[in-house]
Amino acid sequence: MRPTLLSNPSTATVGRIKALLFVLCLLPLAISLWQALGGQAVNPVETLTRDSGSWALNLLLAGLAVTPLRRLGAPGWLLRLRRMLGLYAFFYASVHLLIYLWLDQLFDWPAIVHDIIKRPFITVGMAAFALLLPLAITSTDGWLRRLKRRWGQLHRLVYLLAVLAVIHYLWLVKRDLTEPLLYAAVLGLLLGLRLWWRLRPTMGPRVQ
Amino acid sequence: MLIRRATDILPSEITPHSVYLNRRQFMLGSAGLLLPVASIAALPASKSGYSTAEKPNSRQDITSYNNYYEFGTGKDEPAIHAGRLKTRPWTVAVGGEAGKPHSFSIEELLKFPLEERIYRLRCVEGWSMVIPWVGFPLASLLKQVDPTSRAKYVAFETALRPGEMPGVARRVLDWPYREGLRIDEAMHPLTILAVGLYGEALPGQNGAPVRLVVPWKYGFKSIKSISRITLLEKQPPTSWNMAAPSEYGFYSNVNPAVDHPRWSQASERRIGEFLKRKTLPFNGYADQVAGLYRGMDLVKNF
Repeated sequence: MRPTLLSNPSTATVGRIKALLFVLCLLPLAISLWQALGGQAVNPVETLTRDSGSWALNLLLAGLAVTPLRRLGAPGWLLRLRRMLGLYAFFYASVHLLIYLWLDQLFDWPAIVHDIIKRPFITVGMAAFALLLPLAITSTDGWLRRLKRRWGQLHRLVYLLAVLAVIHYLWLVKRDLTEPLLYAAVLGLLLGLRLWWRLRPTMGPRVQ
Repeated sequence: MLIRRATDILPSEITPHSVYLNRRQFMLGSAGLLLPVASIAALPASKSGYSTAEKPNSRQDITSYNNYYEFGTGKDEPAIHAGRLKTRPWTVAVGGEAGKPHSFSIEELLKFPLEERIYRLRCVEGWSMVIPWVGFPLASLLKQVDPTSRAKYVAFETALRPGEMPGVARRVLDWPYREGLRIDEAMHPLTILAVGLYGEALPGQNGAPVRLVVPWKYGFKSIKSISRITLLEKQPPTSWNMAAPSEYGFYSNVNPAVDHPRWSQASERRIGEFLKRKTLPFNGYADQVAGLYRGMDLVKNF
């Protein structure tokens, strides 16, 4: 690959890209809060819930796109953004969950437990979050060193939790399935590519 | 010396002094000729004892957060697209088991004595509003067509205008949108045909030019932009019930004790309020309508 600025940037450049990404990832929350609190949203709680859920999914899929993009020839520094994408997915999922616990259920724990047991879309949503939590906790360099090979095995949970997250969306929609099916298609592509490369290792371009 | 200019102005071109003095009214009057009458006409309506004393939601809220899938499935889409719906001329064909079937023009409908009815509206999705409708009892209209003794149900149909309704290009529901009531529900004094909102003609996104309002049922029962009303002996098929029979029943009375299979109906978020409030049986109209369902299993007949 040609050594251009974007294929082999300096540490400082990657740092600047990360700083930019950090701010960009906060924008959806800022816009959502501005709409909800500024009176533009008729149903502010719904707006916050929907937007935080969507962005948790968006960032989860963005993180899952890194490896396939690398195999298709994207530069290696992309990999260094993956942790931030994953952590932001966790951040938005946490906001999403907090709104549910607080503004929807008013921290009524028996009602929450009942809801989790009774409603399949809540069940899978909670399961997805429960799987995401250990990945967020073990995202640090320290945990990466401590867990060694186990770290990679643990973090493969992301495939399962992404599927659960998309099912969560699919099951809550009233009638128009267009958007959740779009997410399902993108996730299917990202996981399908991995499966394809794993089953036919000689066919795909190798990552250097 | 030629001074021609002055004579170029014909006497007919000179604005009469009285018109000049009242030029603002003159402009208003001219504008009125250009606009569709309905958009500026205030609807004279009397107060009603059936209105709630609760504070109505703002016109902005009521007209920008709508479910009207013919104009898109997003809540903001009806407000964007519903202006395309041509509401003049408009007729509602009322027939079926009727001694005197009749096609009512919108002008005829507007001649019914109009009342303001401030009703709670509870959406099956778990939000609610308080809305100042203008309309008249559906019973007044049905009596004019003289229902026969076989008229046990009333079916309603929304106009289907693919050219004006961008949402019907996709079969999200089986168009045209259809709803139905039992005859006693239809004749109940709380059941109205609404032609206005906040004292003015109904905006497109709220179901112009004429819609049903049944305040003790989930909002989707209150069908919009009605083009046909048919009296029937048999229970008619209804759109949401056809789409998901396990989730939306024919009755669809607001009932906090019967959950939607996928979410709770025990509470609701009143638009404009931060925290949820408890949902009331029959949306708070139990005193007036619970008698219609005496002896019925409302869990089975959801």
